[in-house]
Amino acid sequence: MEAKELLLKLAEASGISGYEHEPREILREELKAYADEILVDPMGSLIAIKKGNRRRGEGGEPHRIMLAGHLDEIGLMVTKIEKGYLRFTQVGGFDLRVLPGQEVVVHGTTPLPGVIGCWPPHLLTEEEREKVTPMDELFIDVGLDEKRAAELVQVGDLASINRQAVSLKEDIVAGKAFDDRASVVAIVECFKHLATAMHAWDVYGVATVQEETGYLGAITSAFRLFPDLAIAIDVSHADMPGVPESETILLGKGPGIALGANIHPKIHERLVQTAKSLEIPFQIEPYPGATGTDAWAIQVTREGIPTGLLDIPLRYMHTSVETLSVADVQRAGRLLASFIAGLEDKKFLEFEHASSIAF
Amino acid sequence: MLLQSLSEACGLSGNEAEVRNLILKEVQGLVDEHRIDTLGNLITLKRCSNTGAARPRRVMIAAHMDEVGLMVTHIEKSGHLRFSKVGVLDDRTLLSKVVLVGNDRVPGVIGAKPIHLLKEKERHQVVETDQMYIDIGTSSREETERTVKRGDYVAFATRFSRLEGGLVKGKAFDDRAGCAALIELLRGRDSYPFDLYGVFTVQEEVGLRGARVAAYAVEPDYAFAFEGTVCDDSPKKKDLSPTTVLGGGPAITLADRSFFADKRLVKLLVETAEKNGIPYQFKQPMVGATDAGRIHLAREGVPSAAVAVPCRYIHSPVNILSLSDFENLIRLMSLSLVALPTLWPLP
Repeated sequence: MEAKELLLKLAEASGISGYEHEPREILREELKAYADEILVDPMGSLIAIKKGNRRRGEGGEPHRIMLAGHLDEIGLMVTKIEKGYLRFTQVGGFDLRVLPGQEVVVHGTTPLPGVIGCWPPHLLTEEEREKVTPMDELFIDVGLDEKRAAELVQVGDLASINRQAVSLKEDIVAGKAFDDRASVVAIVECFKHLATAMHAWDVYGVATVQEETGYLGAITSAFRLFPDLAIAIDVSHADMPGVPESETILLGKGPGIALGANIHPKIHERLVQTAKSLEIPFQIEPYPGATGTDAWAIQVTREGIPTGLLDIPLRYMHTSVETLSVADVQRAGRLLASFIAGLEDKKFLEFEHASSIAF
Repeated sequence: MLLQSLSEACGLSGNEAEVRNLILKEVQGLVDEHRIDTLGNLITLKRCSNTGAARPRRVMIAAHMDEVGLMVTHIEKSGHLRFSKVGVLDDRTLLSKVVLVGNDRVPGVIGAKPIHLLKEKERHQVVETDQMYIDIGTSSREETERTVKRGDYVAFATRFSRLEGGLVKGKAFDDRAGCAALIELLRGRDSYPFDLYGVFTVQEEVGLRGARVAAYAVEPDYAFAFEGTVCDDSPKKKDLSPTTVLGGGPAITLADRSFFADKRLVKLLVETAEKNGIPYQFKQPMVGATDAGRIHLAREGVPSAAVAVPCRYIHSPVNILSLSDFENLIRLMSLSLVALPTLWPLP
């Protein structure tokens, strides 16, 4: 599947944290052609393995690289059925300001389309119009009476945003859950490139679960694989009105290559060199502390893993109209593949004078 | 389904052509005459069945074609569009929605600053429309101007679909539900013992302006407005009587902010409903306004009534109505019109 087609298909699938089945199956089907082996770990993360197809210069067992993009998305969960209407709480961090008038699908006994109700302006007082409606005053309307609602829905059922993705331009698309299905697509793109490339390292492409609720899939899959090197792929805020340029990167200008405490400096350096040599546009993205991505968890797994982070520029994160450039996703995939093809030994990861540190 | 194509058509106040053309195609074979007046109202006429009458009585039924939405007021250097509201909308329903810009329906999204970048106090602050913008995926004013210009109308991209239990969701049910009901009414019967003017009005949402001139021109003896009206039977914090209840039958207006309904017409509607076992409800008084508010003031005055399909979440990107209310409105009106001549004063 072309990157854009796959992205829209994955984004329209519903995969709230802890319930990533639907996008996982789409991904499994797509990766079959490019992976030597695909497995799903006990938490639900999908691991696609592609063995190295050439020997490292110095010989020995193949080293292993892990790529991680998260499969889950934020969503809602039913807490109470009230006269047929559904009260809810959230899974992950929604912005309350974007919920009224939003269409959803409630995953009851059958999928039920519904809307998050809002009051007609005719009935609102001036004071009410100026107040963001708190979550405990919001409700989902699935058009059911009390009896039918109790048959089809139970407390704990999930609701995902119902949003058909839309192409704003050929290359610019908007929809829900591009955070982080875009990165999953970048990993698929990387695997596609590797199908026709020579690489010495074994590649573990991981679509992690439950990132939005605390990086759980990354924690467990990184522990299991304990790779020699890991790169997380996630989305990052792109330029938009009302947000200072210092906090964003530019849409359509290539992936952000992260820099900061979470990032192994040599991985950053090598990603930059690779992008430059291939003339892939990229942006430097400084993180003063936590990156808020799977990379944050992976880096401190077991004895520590040298970790890097690629960011796909994304506008309006955690809304139902997340906007990105498909070219940026493709560039991230190509950059990853070239980075992997160029890997030989692990010496480049050593800090200066590392060998003099006595244990 | 007619209601679907009407709901998905775009026609904001002052730009009703797409809706009008769609309606015209439907009604052309159903009426004897039609004309489009200078404001864009579509006025149709079904002639009186009694061709001998010297000056048949005239009954006007109005449904408005326009819907609320947005208009492009400025194009930023970055290519983003600034906008104003057309009609009354709650600012709080606009963020994170897909819209269609201009007559070419250029898709765009109303973006929102991500929650990650919000300061604590911003999270509890309503974003007003003058701080919002539409993103059509362009990166410069020049690029935007290739497909969009200042003054373009912006409609919500909401799709129509069926829910459980005979409900449907879509946009602009206020008042495409009224338009669809009026078309079905015209389809239902060849003629009545009076001249029936089915009038599809413009500019209701910006001040009941189309109905005003249409009523002047038609000079009706009696008038009805068909509406998709406020339905607030969903949960709320304070216990208030709902304006209407979904599935409770067509809502008959006693009085709203724009007029007091004619008592004889209300009595006729109620009696017809009861005689034929059609469910009905009274709309909570003094909420909202309809074209009837202007029509009843036309010339020397026109006895008028308003009947409506209850619609949840009107004036937001997505509405819900019950098809049974919609069908009962058509039945109620079609039977009431037959009985209407009993109100004629004796010659």
